[in-house]
Amino acid sequence: MSVTDVAVQETPSQSRTERIVNNFAIQVATVNGSGSQTANLVLLRSIFQMGVPVSGKNMFPSNIAGLPTWYTIRTSAKGYIGRKKEVDFLVAMNPETAREDVLTLPPGSAAVYDEPLKLKDLRTDVVFYPVPFDKLITAITHDAKLRRLVRNMIYDGVLSRLLSIDMAQMEKALRKQLGKKEKAIVLNMSALKAGYDYAEANLPKLDPFVIEPMNKTQGMILIEGNDAAAIGCLMAGVTFVGWYPITPSSSLCESLIGYLKKYRRDPETGKATYAVIQAEDEIAALGMVIGASWVGARAMTSTAGPGISLMAEFTGLGYYTEVPAVIFDIQRVGPSTGLPTRTAQQDMLSAAVLSHGDTKHPMLIPSSVTECYTMAMEAFDLAERLQTPVFVMSDLDLGMNTWMSYPFEYPTRPLDRGKRLDEATLQKIGEFARYRDVDGDGIPYRTVPGDGLPAYFVRGSGHNEKAQYSERADDYANNLDRLARKFETARTLVPKPEVDMVPGARIGLIAYGTSHWAIVESRDQIKSEQGIDVSYLRLRAYPFTREVAEFIDRCDRVYLVEQNRDAQMLGLLKMECTPAQFAKLRSIRHYIGLPLDGRSVTTELLKQERSA
Amino acid sequence: MSTETPVQPPAPGKKVNRIGLEPAAYRGGKTTLCAGCGHNAITERLIESFYELGIEPTQVVKLSGIGCSSKAPAYFLNAAHGFNSVHGRMPSVATGAVVSNRTLIAVGVSGDGDTGAIGIGQFVHLMRRNLPIVYIIEDNGCYGLTKGQFSPTADLGSTLKSGVVNDLPPIDTCALAIELGASFVARSFSGDPKQLKAILKAAISHRGTSMIDVISPCVTFNDHEGSTKSYSYVKDHDEPLADVSFVPYFEDIAVEYDPGSTQEVRLHNGSRIMLSKLAEDYQPTDKMSALRLLHETTSRGEYATGVIYIEPDKQDFVDMLGIVDEPLSMLTEAQTRPGKAVLDELMQSFG
Repeated sequence: MSVTDVAVQETPSQSRTERIVNNFAIQVATVNGSGSQTANLVLLRSIFQMGVPVSGKNMFPSNIAGLPTWYTIRTSAKGYIGRKKEVDFLVAMNPETAREDVLTLPPGSAAVYDEPLKLKDLRTDVVFYPVPFDKLITAITHDAKLRRLVRNMIYDGVLSRLLSIDMAQMEKALRKQLGKKEKAIVLNMSALKAGYDYAEANLPKLDPFVIEPMNKTQGMILIEGNDAAAIGCLMAGVTFVGWYPITPSSSLCESLIGYLKKYRRDPETGKATYAVIQAEDEIAALGMVIGASWVGARAMTSTAGPGISLMAEFTGLGYYTEVPAVIFDIQRVGPSTGLPTRTAQQDMLSAAVLSHGDTKHPMLIPSSVTECYTMAMEAFDLAERLQTPVFVMSDLDLGMNTWMSYPFEYPTRPLDRGKRLDEATLQKIGEFARYRDVDGDGIPYRTVPGDGLPAYFVRGSGHNEKAQYSERADDYANNLDRLARKFETARTLVPKPEVDMVPGARIGLIAYGTSHWAIVESRDQIKSEQGIDVSYLRLRAYPFTREVAEFIDRCDRVYLVEQNRDAQMLGLLKMECTPAQFAKLRSIRHYIGLPLDGRSVTTELLKQERSA
Repeated sequence: MSTETPVQPPAPGKKVNRIGLEPAAYRGGKTTLCAGCGHNAITERLIESFYELGIEPTQVVKLSGIGCSSKAPAYFLNAAHGFNSVHGRMPSVATGAVVSNRTLIAVGVSGDGDTGAIGIGQFVHLMRRNLPIVYIIEDNGCYGLTKGQFSPTADLGSTLKSGVVNDLPPIDTCALAIELGASFVARSFSGDPKQLKAILKAAISHRGTSMIDVISPCVTFNDHEGSTKSYSYVKDHDEPLADVSFVPYFEDIAVEYDPGSTQEVRLHNGSRIMLSKLAEDYQPTDKMSALRLLHETTSRGEYATGVIYIEPDKQDFVDMLGIVDEPLSMLTEAQTRPGKAVLDELMQSFG
């Protein structure tokens, strides 16, 4: 791929290069708060509507207005929706970053830029398309505020012309995005058209990038993971939400509040069949959830790393007193405040063993928006079945970015409310002892206030099986052993991994969460470029199920890929390995705040293979 | 916060209350606190209050944080569910519980450290929400369970047993509660059974946050000369604002009183609090007057006890939320899982 020595505007439109169709990344560099989100989503959606697989990743600062932000749209005929490192087509709107944005482009790429930025002399191996945005917007409206709002729509128009994105699809996407705001639609349409017309008249096509219609997105939806999780909570019949705002988790509860308001009113009285409380902090948020669950509500909270740290004490209480709770962790980059608007898988270890004393907690790990939805429902069922806090370990990339998906399916299983004591069971077991292991699975029966069944006293201090205060050594040890037994039961109930065992493959990859999308691509790269088959296991939960050990046993070397510095999941896995399994385990880690890309995995795996 | 339980005919020969339960039905486990601890007296008053009000024990939930005070819920109402949670965080657990089952009567027992130090944040927000709960601070000015360190309600200049002087001013939890929006605020003394019981009954009958700071001497670590939370100091400096008496809604008693010297406050369920005025300028339904009174008595080194502030008709947090009358915790799948049409509609919106 090389486009050489292009003198912009003078060169004839005959390109010497091969066309690159539906397989490139567009990056829009703007200033935070400049209203580029609508333009970016319209661009994404119009490509999606043309049937081309697409993904959008927003890289934004921890700031409301004024700092640089980048939105990357990847088109991939093959359906790769993970991050791609290289930008092929830049839209440079931000004076602050424009020079660096252009200088880091690979040779052969193209850049639309705001004309006054004078970027075309920076590179000779990039195609430049200067656009006088201010001049064009002046002709559209005199209102300075509106100009600012629709100015970005001009680049959509320019790209429509340059990349052959159907204008009718642009309009349809714009209408979808703006809803019934007819005045805004008219204004945005004229900006879109101004960009298109300008490009048609002044910008002969010199780059190889083209969008052509396909049929690979039919019947699909575009949705963010946090919206998907919120729909899962709605369908799980959540009755209590306690939360505290934190990026990148807030949109989960905010979406949920919207759905609850609309769909969870008592049909006769119009009153709410749920309660949402914005708590004073994350400690209180989880405290409320525990209180709500204790009396029998289906209760959840959603947070990110700093909130997880604050929830440590209550999580331990929930574990030891055996109160269900669903905790979403939309992971972001730490430690401390870290990079609050960047993505990571850095809470895996701390969430797994959150709180002091011997504690361990089930974690569900979604890779896709569909799993955000299904695992939300599974988390409530598991929390009540196991009577313990359950974490759903999403991340910023999944939670806040827009993903393609098939529509979600309506749940077929009824809610699992777990072992709630009833009169018949009480008759059968004779006597109620809150922490007695009646069934041998470590899960006791529970009653709730107001159910008319025997009461008990919940305490975070040592207790015997009748929930009475006890400092006796045997009471303490028996209880801890039963909790460990319960965790073994959890092992049989959590979602199993997805395993693709390639016959004859000696190398295995283990990954989880959003790393999945990079692995899909990396495996294809390793196969097509090196002829090496790689088996793959995608973890979907902790504790590990038996499939994980079997997978390791069947491989010679296993690389565990994760988005943190300290190989956190590998650490958890090593705690359960035999020496033989232990010796096979290697680590590929990624922790730069950006989603993992396939090429990085490929490069690192091959490097480690060579040095082996 | 009242509950309607059918009145049972009393069994012959046994002492029972209006719902046919014996006093034993209101008792809890044996106390493990020190002999003479003020907290035990408060426990006794709670048992008497619930018995005399004829409240079904299973209708009550007891919550606490950590500390000597927070052990108390194990010592009353054995038939009620209880939750001894974590230090300073009982308010959040209570909030989740009360919102999720609005038919429960919640009693939260805390201490001066549990509320005033580690738990001040959650205390503040519970008061601000006017959550329906009886919130009792068993206030001895020190940390008993860790052997007598100062707590944030210890008075300026008061001393530890060892002679160490407290250099910081106290937090007045009553003034704070009034300021923040609690709708029933009282102070009492564990050594004044009559007043305490009347206040507790009124607090249980009030709908909204009933915050009661009960001075409750620690006989082991804070009952010495130099302490302002000792039995003798509190007895000498107790300034009852009024004689408090409580007339429950089910006792149809016509009370003769002089409107010039007695104020009647009617609660939402028809119960009445009768306050025979003793202090001048005492106006318990006026926030500014209540706060001024607290500041004045505190500056004289006295404890103003009684019902300090009451706003009987203030909307409570659960009502504010606009939730169904049925407990959220008891809703069925049919009531909480929307049908397929809803999912289809949502999927359509993302298509």
